[in-house]
Amino acid sequence: MVDFEVVELPDHDAPAVGDTAPDFTRPLVEDEYWEDASLSDLTDDGPVLLVFHTMDGAFPATYIWNNLRDRGVPDDVQAVGVSISSPYEHKTFLAEREVDARFFSDPAAGIATEYGIENDLDDMAGITEHRPAVFLLDESREIQYRWVAEAWPDFPDYDDVAAAVSDL
Amino acid sequence: MSDDQPAITLYRLQACPFCERVVRVLEEKGLNYQSRFVEPMHSDRDVVKRISGKRTVPAIVDENTGVTMSESANIVEYLENSYEGAA
Repeated sequence: MVDFEVVELPDHDAPAVGDTAPDFTRPLVEDEYWEDASLSDLTDDGPVLLVFHTMDGAFPATYIWNNLRDRGVPDDVQAVGVSISSPYEHKTFLAEREVDARFFSDPAAGIATEYGIENDLDDMAGITEHRPAVFLLDESREIQYRWVAEAWPDFPDYDDVAAAVSDL
Repeated sequence: MSDDQPAITLYRLQACPFCERVVRVLEEKGLNYQSRFVEPMHSDRDVVKRISGKRTVPAIVDENTGVTMSESANIVEYLENSYEGAA
């Protein structure tokens, strides 16, 4: 992509494949409204692709969701995003990108702490967001596939994600 | 969304005084409810229109009684009558 070393992120403390993903409750935004929901509510209905991403206006959020959408991933699994953006921004993003997903709103990045994937943003005082990461969860929230950003920016191998979803 | 979802769903708009009026009564009566926050733009509130026939909030759906209702004064009166002595 570029002819220099991309800045690396420090070590993370994310749960690994085989671990149970921590449960949490936050406002979950769909196309018409939002309401408090738990991750376990969603996994009770089936596997979940949990995608932590940058705040909605930043380009990595657009890249990740466009790529997942274009591979049809949200058609095959419940696709769920998480970022620090407000429910209002989530609604706009989902509508504009025509992404068939639901997004949790976590403005204080408490879930980032819970998952060991905090990303303190340089020169945006007071703002911590979620390091980009993807977890594929089965019905018991056991992690089947994991990707965590190691550089800034960094993107998952979308074909690997799609393959992991197909293998469920 | 989950199996233990409360019977009462309240469609509301953040900081809408009419909605807060209904919330106050729900709280006073100790009733469990689940809030669904909708669009500030009246014309975009199709979900509310589908359930109640109008785009106004607050609107409640009460699965205990099968009632769907809008207008805060009506809702307050309904709650007072239906859940007399609750809490």
